[in-house]
Amino acid sequence: MTPTTTDIIRAEGVTKRFGKFTALNNVSASFPRGQLTAVIGPNGAGKSTFFNVISGAFPPTAGRVIFDGHDITGTPQYAFARLGIAKSFQITNVFPELTALENVRIAIQAMHRRFDIWTPRSRLTEMREQAADLLDLVGLRQHRTRHAENLAHGEQRALEIAMALACDPRLLLLDEPTAGMSPEETLVMMDLITRLADERTVILVEHKMKLVMGISNHLIVLHHGELLAEGTPDDIRDNDEVRRVYLGQGSH
Amino acid sequence: MNKPMDNVAEVQISGRRLAGLVRLIAEHRVAAVIIFLMVFPFLAPYKALAIDVLIYGLFALGFNMVFGYLGVLSFGHAAFFGAGAYATGIAMVHFGVPWMPAIFVGVLMSGLTAAIMGAMAIRTRGIYFAMVTLALAQCVYYIIYHMEEYSGGEDGLTGVSVRTVDFGIATVDMMQDPMGKYYIMLAFTAVAIFLFSRILNSPFGAVLEAIRENENRARACGYNVLLTKWVTFVLSGLFCGLAGALSAIHLSVVPIEYLHYHQSGLAVMMALLGGMGTFFGPFIGAMAFLMLEDAITLMTTHWQLFLGAIFMIFVLFFPRGIWGSFLHWISR
Repeated sequence: MTPTTTDIIRAEGVTKRFGKFTALNNVSASFPRGQLTAVIGPNGAGKSTFFNVISGAFPPTAGRVIFDGHDITGTPQYAFARLGIAKSFQITNVFPELTALENVRIAIQAMHRRFDIWTPRSRLTEMREQAADLLDLVGLRQHRTRHAENLAHGEQRALEIAMALACDPRLLLLDEPTAGMSPEETLVMMDLITRLADERTVILVEHKMKLVMGISNHLIVLHHGELLAEGTPDDIRDNDEVRRVYLGQGSH
Repeated sequence: MNKPMDNVAEVQISGRRLAGLVRLIAEHRVAAVIIFLMVFPFLAPYKALAIDVLIYGLFALGFNMVFGYLGVLSFGHAAFFGAGAYATGIAMVHFGVPWMPAIFVGVLMSGLTAAIMGAMAIRTRGIYFAMVTLALAQCVYYIIYHMEEYSGGEDGLTGVSVRTVDFGIATVDMMQDPMGKYYIMLAFTAVAIFLFSRILNSPFGAVLEAIRENENRARACGYNVLLTKWVTFVLSGLFCGLAGALSAIHLSVVPIEYLHYHQSGLAVMMALLGGMGTFFGPFIGAMAFLMLEDAITLMTTHWQLFLGAIFMIFVLFFPRGIWGSFLHWISR
């Protein structure tokens, strides 16, 4: 098989500069289809910048992003969901004054009725059922009618994932989904992520290396905006450079 | 000990009844507004004020789609009110178009104005959007001002007269019968209110709320935020255009002041006074504003000072406006 069929998304020589600062320098990496890949690295490694480039938040200064054989560099953010790429943000990002159910329903609606100014919302029963199913999936069944702003931090993160799943993505991008979570909440979230990864490709950006070692099939290590290492968890564990970079962090 | 407890329970029950009533009104919001407006001329101190409430309520309603529901402050809505009024008037005076099709011309022209202004302004945010729309509306002001041959320039457009409206079974004398005129205007307003409610209640209405709540999230969900904002701006312009068109027919003249930024300020004040982002707010705001203006003008020539003070009290202490504060109070 050629690389285009085994990889779902590929970064080719991606560089991102902010003014004079180079956040990413010529990073090339590919993400195998159907697997859970984690992007790791110490603080300031360029993980979030990399995430933002492949998720379309902003275009790279140089280089290309190839999704399913198509060049998606510079594609507007709103088109990503329809391509089958969904993401959750590093900082919680929901519609605070809407109910949990409406949050997910609006995300589902984005796939079908973006400019329908006529149909009453009450007729969209199918969408509401789909939204309820997604809330069940992420464990928010009993919180349907609560406003998103009143949910606990971990619940808001789960809600975000339900919203990301609304477009039935082939590729799910998660930026530090356990950031700011308690150990208990982290366990629940990691369990959810592993379940989701059974059915779709997941890319996870994570600061805590230990957290992802057990669940990832594939890892990409960034350091100072450059690709440091790439491989299976075992490869990465045995990699001297990675060990040296993370030593200062005390994570290994 | 028992007595005060009972009182509390009683208050809660009556509070619940009130909340139930409000919910009932909210469920039938279109009917509620229309029924109220049908009765309103009998409550208003005089008929011309009732027509003004109708026109300015509609203007504030259209403005509120952008301001209250989309969450974007425009300072250029005078352009849509003015475009509607001038296009209707010019069609009638210079091209001999009958009044009813002329209203459609007015509404379409304000939609077109909104489409052009929106395309230029929609990429800016916050205070910059307010400034750009203000500047663009002033451009419209000067364009119309200098089209003296058609617009009458500084003197405004005169001679927009509709003498009688013949329904076959009855004839309304628009000059002598203010009640008849009011109900003809109400028929147009009622259709607009119905359409407005329908849009808010549609999936598109949900997208407006989503953008107001969190623009980034809406974009990540797959909504083209810029295009959605532009469409909202145009829809809003259509409603404000209808208000302008009705105003031209009501007064028989179109003063150039309709295009002045003061007119945009009126929409902002009325929407804020009534309650931004609420369905009844704009009409309540228009009513409160015009009746206050009317009452204070009788007492002092410095009415703007007092109206300004009242407005400031609202912004500082009741930012939800009259209706918004009331809703908040009963939902405690």
